[in-house]
Amino acid sequence: MGECAYAAPATIAEALTALSNAANAGKRSQLLAGGTDVLVQMRSIDRGPRIFVDVKRIAEANQLDIGSDEIFIGAALASAVLNENAPLKALLPGLVEAADLIGSTQIQSRATIGGNLCNSSPAGDTIPALIACGAICEIASPGGNKSVPAEDFVTGVGTNILQADEFLIGFRIPRPKGKTSDAYLRFIPRTEMDIAVCGAGVALTLDDSGACVAAKVAIGAVAVTALPVPDAAAALIGTRVDDAALAAASAASSALARPITDKRGTVEYRKKVVGVLTKRAAALARDRAAAL
Amino acid sequence: MSKLHVSTTINGDATEFLCEPHQSLLEALRETLGLTGTKEGCATGDCGACSVLVDGRLVCACLMLAVEAQDVELTTIEGIANADGLHVIQRKYLEHAALQCGICTPGFIVATKALLDKNPNPDETTIRYWLAGNLCRCTGYDKIVRAVQASAEALAYEA
Repeated sequence: MGECAYAAPATIAEALTALSNAANAGKRSQLLAGGTDVLVQMRSIDRGPRIFVDVKRIAEANQLDIGSDEIFIGAALASAVLNENAPLKALLPGLVEAADLIGSTQIQSRATIGGNLCNSSPAGDTIPALIACGAICEIASPGGNKSVPAEDFVTGVGTNILQADEFLIGFRIPRPKGKTSDAYLRFIPRTEMDIAVCGAGVALTLDDSGACVAAKVAIGAVAVTALPVPDAAAALIGTRVDDAALAAASAASSALARPITDKRGTVEYRKKVVGVLTKRAAALARDRAAAL
Repeated sequence: MSKLHVSTTINGDATEFLCEPHQSLLEALRETLGLTGTKEGCATGDCGACSVLVDGRLVCACLMLAVEAQDVELTTIEGIANADGLHVIQRKYLEHAALQCGICTPGFIVATKALLDKNPNPDETTIRYWLAGNLCRCTGYDKIVRAVQASAEALAYEA
């Protein structure tokens, strides 16, 4: 390990100053939330020196606010904290289950959805779920806060739009209204503790007659970044999310997926399974919405 | 390189130590503080041998920077037994022969403590999922699960 330093700013302004100072000095900063990816990577693939900027002492990054129109989830909140929040789990079961799927009990105590997005793995489980529920990333930047939709955040394998002097404060998510719910499913060959072969997140709204009036679908681990699937959403909207609509949504996800063949699965397999997961996640979101 | 000063609480005792910015909590516990009950297995968060409690939550000490222990309450395996002797969980692991080589055992016992503090009466599925982050290459897990169940029963009887 090269020479490192550590800062734990207490405010957004202090954090921005720490990041700018590092950038101006030509030093690399390393944002730190739960650290469950960062610490593993710094001991294996990337051992270079850096200044850790720990965001866990910033009040806004630890805020969980369920407002009448909007939900705010701070980027530094651990998955276990989200999972223990019954009102949040009732409103966004898909997002919470995506966070809950990542790692062991030990990992859940530290890992954050902010970190999962910033790690920007193609297989990050919370990313399709964030896209499906319409999350907006609130980014602290020297020129003022920026708001960026979750689907526009990740730019490639392990890369994202954050500049060296910016960090993610948290997510603003429209509060689900009426019969609105979400679901996230992934496929792994084991029951626990694995990385997605592929995943699908669906959020949808039903009217009183049971017809779907709004939907958003996103798929993960089948491209360089998680992908929104507008054709799958369109296949659900205006239907009762019946078998025909589910089959059309499934086909749209399979068609859009452009996976690679690796040790977790082949191209053909992933394209097929991501369709199956889309169908099942949509049916689950439908049933959850109908029960509201 | 300048070291960082950390003030924390370990097993109820106010503790101060110095660490490098990149050092893990596991390294600080074992090499600086001499608390070698916490084991290093993988150092990548996969095996759970270094499980400790941080403000009551179960974490891998290898996945935390030592400096992140500032102002937290830490419990390690050394803090599980008390002046009267072994904790019920430790006794039940012995009675059920839920260990062989012993490297994973401190992590399993700390993880069991965290589970039973949160859920005094877990079913077998809950126990197995909760302990999915603790790997044992000797016992095959069945004896460990029985020890956890026996611990839950004994704790309920004591309460």
